[in-house]
Order: sequence, then structure tokens, then C-alpha cells
Amino acid sequence: MTKIVAVTGNEAVANAFRQVEPDVCAAYPITPQTELMQRFAAFVSNGQVKTEMILVESEHSAMSACVGAAAAGGRVATATSSQGLALMWEILFIASGLRLPIVMPVVNRALSAPINIHCDHSDAMGARDSGWIQLWSENAQEAYDNTIQAFRIAEHMDIRLPVMVCYDGFIISHSIERIEYLDDEVVKNFVGEYKPLYPLLDVDNPKSYGPLILTDLYHEVRKAHSEVYKKVPQVVLEVAKEFEKISGRGYGLFESYRLEDAEIGIVILNSAAGTTKDVIDEYRDKGVKVGLLKPRLFRPFPYEEVGNALKHLKAVCVLDRADAFGGSFGPLYLDIAASLCNFKEKPILINRIYGLGGRDYMPEHAGQVIEELIEIAKTGKVKVLKEYIGVRE
Amino acid sequence: MTTPLNLKELSKKELRFTAGHRLCAGCAAPTVVKMILLAACDYPVVVASATGCLEVSSCISTYTAWKVPWIHNAFENAAATLSGVETMYRALKKQGKIDKDIKFIAISGDGGTYDIGFQSLSGAMERWHNMLYVCYDNGAYMNTGIQRSGATPTFADTTTCPAGSVIPGKPQHRKDLTRIMAAHGIPYVAQASPSHWPDLMKKVRKALEIEGPKFINVFTPCNRGWRTRTDDAILLSRLAVETCFWPLYEVENGVTRITVKPKEKKPITEFLKAQGRFKHLFEPGKEKLIEQIQEMVDKNWERLLKEEEMFAPKQETQ
Ligand SMILES: Cc1ncc(C[n+]2csc(CCOP(=O)(O)OP(=O)(O)O)c2C)c(N)n1
Ligand code: SF4
Repeated sequence: MTKIVAVTGNEAVANAFRQVEPDVCAAYPITPQTELMQRFAAFVSNGQVKTEMILVESEHSAMSACVGAAAAGGRVATATSSQGLALMWEILFIASGLRLPIVMPVVNRALSAPINIHCDHSDAMGARDSGWIQLWSENAQEAYDNTIQAFRIAEHMDIRLPVMVCYDGFIISHSIERIEYLDDEVVKNFVGEYKPLYPLLDVDNPKSYGPLILTDLYHEVRKAHSEVYKKVPQVVLEVAKEFEKISGRGYGLFESYRLEDAEIGIVILNSAAGTTKDVIDEYRDKGVKVGLLKPRLFRPFPYEEVGNALKHLKAVCVLDRADAFGGSFGPLYLDIAASLCNFKEKPILINRIYGLGGRDYMPEHAGQVIEELIEIAKTGKVKVLKEYIGVRE
Repeated sequence: MTTPLNLKELSKKELRFTAGHRLCAGCAAPTVVKMILLAACDYPVVVASATGCLEVSSCISTYTAWKVPWIHNAFENAAATLSGVETMYRALKKQGKIDKDIKFIAISGDGGTYDIGFQSLSGAMERWHNMLYVCYDNGAYMNTGIQRSGATPTFADTTTCPAGSVIPGKPQHRKDLTRIMAAHGIPYVAQASPSHWPDLMKKVRKALEIEGPKFINVFTPCNRGWRTRTDDAILLSRLAVETCFWPLYEVENGVTRITVKPKEKKPITEFLKAQGRFKHLFEPGKEKLIEQIQEMVDKNWERLLKEEEMFAPKQETQ
């Protein structure tokens, strides 16, 4: 029986952790993630889970300890945000390179400088090429559901890769929403017993983790590693199908909202997709054929599927909650552009940067973008390719 | 039954760090590792290595010199990595999934211990993980080509503090990491040297039998970096002990004890003159520098003697 509650995103994910009950969890505080691990630590203190916590002295050590614990042969999780994720960067690559199924919620927050504790996606975008699978979540329910599914995806025998579950700092982490919790038993059965692969603690069959590989083989090792990612979308879909059976909630590689018959479209990640859908409904009522695509599996990026879902549109705006220094486009824009570049017929693309450092994304902003897309679809003309929206004059 | 620490019994034991590694001929690091693993021969062990000479030379592609489970994560995180392994061990043991008594040993060079890895080491010790952390101290970043580290002795010539006409090698003091580790209040801290192998192995064994965090700093000559002959690693480490440059002592539950006292304290020149990295100190006009080194060594040695005295069992006064 599902239980309906009103909780914050962090509380929901802490409960997912409680239900999954990892063997080892490393923790280091950073806003807005802190509350998640605090709540989970309370479950540990009260004996609700048997998890061993490692209360490390930095995020670098949090990820290092996770690598050790996962190699040792058990289920491992941690969580972070912003600077914490940046400090882990070196070890993120080692975790994926060693094929260790670590699960890590990333509560998205802007990067310094200037220091800012509020939401944007520059933290996770900085880690997008680290070899971690990334699942993005619109609301607390999706953050909870993705966290549970993340363990299954990470630990799948064909995959054995670490997974980040991204959700928006404060907007989701600290806002109270209606959540449907699954039963503890149902979650336990869904994730199942952890199956170790080459555990370090099997002292009778010693294994070496982390060898030096030089020019003779490094290239080949990387190619072999990249092959693994091809299997990820299929596994994500299989796990989603099973998850739907226990929850009634369906997930794909991305969500299409009123996209099939649309002429113009918006591509946007995480919480802002909710606001955008409301505005899309308003414009649909006015007869404007607008739709939305919200990526869920952001790494590996399902280029072909996304391209096919967008190619029939006349104009698309990719909204990025992260910019790139050096005058580049937003990271999501680049992936969308890549997914469409080889189609003969394809939409005109524009890129808008919104919501940095927690700047509100308002319905007006979605409206403004839709108006602009209507114009582009009509005239075929783009005024500015990339621009910030919601900037104070 | 515990294996007695004598050559006859130890020679019957299987080496768990094997031949075929690619460390330089005459490098003391493999000798030190073999001694540690032999001392631990009665236990299954899991080893974590930091990036450095020992690591890059001991496990290449599908060839490994380690006959024990081994993990290399990065340069600065051997202690944090092993924290994770050890914590998983406790978790699985509590769940009844493991019943063996496994020991956990981190091995890192001085760069990965005194400097970049110090935070993760200090954190792991403070969290009281049940592990032995061994630093093989060769006094510089050898793997990247002999750059100065926090462990580099004063006035040593390295590639980042080369002895020049203005600066006579590393200007600063050597960080006394063993004392810093003792200040963590952990149950066991020691300094050891491969020249005094029974002392070294006793210390390793003692450490492994103690619950909680342990730290042993092992003097480990590097002929490439020190510009010495390839067959004098043991000779040099003996000279380091006999000149009191590298005193052999332990701090057990806060009590300091010198484990080997040289019969005759040799002048520091005996240790310095055998090494190319101190060659510039023997040029005319540099006598003062050697005096300075001797003063430092004397001061540290006296301090250590006093520290030991402080904890010595009190004599009954008549
Ligand atoms: C973060 C990081 N910085 C720098 C390096 C380059 N590096 C690899 S090994 C090494 C030196 C290791 O020195 P030490 O720990 O003293 O061990 P040794 O090689 O002397 O045995 C350095 C600087 C690295 N691998 N990672
Ligand atoms: S450079 Fe020095 S420490 Fe490194 S392998 Fe050679 S002798 Fe050993």
C-alpha cells in the first residue's frame, strides 16, 4: 500500500535511502544537500537501518571512501551539491573507471565565485563527462523514484556504473510536496540483495583495483568502457518498466509533453519543466501548438531518441540553467543541437539561460520564450541565438 | 599460532609482494613492503596504495606484484579509500556475510602522506578506523622526478629546490609527521627502518594487534633521488638510525619509548656524505650548514630522550 505524505525533497530521498538501506554511506555537509544526510543519519542513530556511516572530513574523502567501500563489495551511497561535487571531481572519474555502482543524489546548486547557495545546474554539468549516469528529476516524487531506480541501474550486471540523481536545490530539496511513498518491503524487494562483483574483501581470491595502464592499452580500455554506456538506455527502460509495476508511475529516457503534434517546443531540465507545462497548457488553450521535452537520462544522452522526438518541430528553445564560461552555449543546448544536426529537416534552435543562482523562473519567462518561438516559426528568423532571460535591468 | 619473527620461520612464508615489480634496482620500498607483509603473515590483509613509485611499478595492466587484495584510488586518498573498505568490512561482518579477521594496511610515499594526503590521513585517524597506515618515507616526490616534499630534509638538493649559488637546497625544516600523528592521540605510532628489521616487524605486528588507527613511518632510501649507490639502501638507513637522524621509537597509548638506542651516536656527516643530494654541503665555506643540520638532529634527539624519560617508570627515591 502506498502512503501519501507531505515532505521535502530531501526528506523523500532520505526515505528512499532508508528503504534501500545501503551497507555504507559517506556524508559531508553542504547546503542544500545537508538535510538529506542529516535525516538519514537519524535513521541510522535510531536503529531503523543497519547502514554504516562514514562521516568524512571532506567530499574528496567522501567519494574516495565510497570507491573503497564499493570495491570492498557492498551497496554504497553518498550525496552532495555544488562545491562538494567539484571537490569530488577527480574521484568521480575513478569511480566510473573502476565500474563501481555508487549512488549519489546531487542537489543542484550554483558554483562559486560568487558564492551562492541556490539552485542552478552548473555543478552537475561540470561532472557530466565523468562517466557517471545522470538521472534528472522534476519534483520530489521523481527524486524519490529515481533514487530507488538508480540502485538497480547502477548495480545491473551489464552496467556496474555510478549514478547521480539530480534535483533542484531548495526548489525541490526544501519545499514540501505531496509524495507517494512505496512500502518498505516493496522497495526492498525491488532493489533486491546486493550482488558483489570481484569484491576486494574476498581475500581468498585477491583482486587488484586501479592498475597503471600505459599507451599499449589505455586507448583500448577506454573504448571498451565506452561500449558499456550503449547498454545503459535499455537498462534504464527495463528498470523503469519494473518500477511502473510497483508504483504505477511510468518513466522513460525523457518526458514528452504535448510534443507529438507540436510545431514549436521547449527543452528544459528539472523543476522548471513543471512551470513550463502549465504555460504550455495555457497556450494550447489559445491554439498554439507547443510542446516540451524534459530529459531524464542526461548521461549517457539518448541522442537518437531525442533527435527523433524533436526533428518535426519548426523551432525549439533549449533552456539551460547553467552557462558555460568562454562564451559557449549552455550544455543542454549543445546536446540538443548534436542530436538534431544530422537530420535534413530540423527545427531552428535557440538557447536561453535562466535561473542562475536561484533566480526565479516565472510563467512569464516561459510565455516570453513561446512568443519568440511563434515568431521564429512564422518568419524563420532568429534575433539572438543565445541570451539570458529574467535578468534585472 | 603466531609465526615467530625469526629468519628461519619467516623464510618458510610465502612472499605476498612478489618479484617482477618494476621498481628501480636497489629501491628500499619493495624491501619495506615485503617486511610489512611478512610481519602480517598470520592475517589476511587488504592493502591500499597511494599514487607514487611503489604503486606505478607494482601493478601494470594485467601484471600485479600483489598477492593480496590491493586497491589504488588516487594520490591523496589512500587513507580515505581504506576507510571505505574497512567500513564495508565492518558492515558486512555485522550482517554475518564475512567472518574472517582481516587487517587493513595503507601504504603511501611521503608526498602522499605528509603533504597532499595529510587531510585524508588525519581524518581517517580521527574517525578511528581500524587500519595501519604506513608511510614509506623517501624524502621527496620520487615518482615525478625528485621534487621537494614536506619530508625532504633541510638543505637537500631536489629538482624544485635545487642547491644553487643563493639557495642551498631545501631551506625549510622537515615536517615531523610522526610527532604530528602521535598528537592525534591514536593508540600506536612508530618510526621504523629496514636496517633494523626485527624492530620494524615487531612494530608492524604490534600495530596490527591493536584495535583502531595506527601509523608507522618507515625510512626508505631511494638511490635515484638521493644519488647514492644502488646497493646501500640498508647501509644508509642504518646510518640514519645511528646518527639519530631517524630515531627508532614508538608512542603507544601516549607513552613514548625509544626502541633502538645507538651505542655510539655518529656525526651527521656520516649520513650526509654518502649522498649526492647533500654534496654541495661539503664544498668549502658551507661548514655552517652542516653544523645547522647537526644542531637540529641533536635538538630532536634530546627532546625525544626527555619525552621518553617523562614516561619512564619512576625510580623509588630513598
Ligand atoms: C592530485 C595529484 N597531483 C599530483 C600527482 C602527480 N604525482 C604522482 S606520484 C607523485 C609523487 C609521489 O611522491 P611520494 O608520495 O613521495 O611517493 P614516491 O614516488 O616518492 O614513492 C606525484 C606528485 C597526482 N598523481 N595526483
Ligand atoms: S625512484 Fe627511488 S623510490 Fe622510486 S623506484 Fe626508484 S629508487 Fe625507488
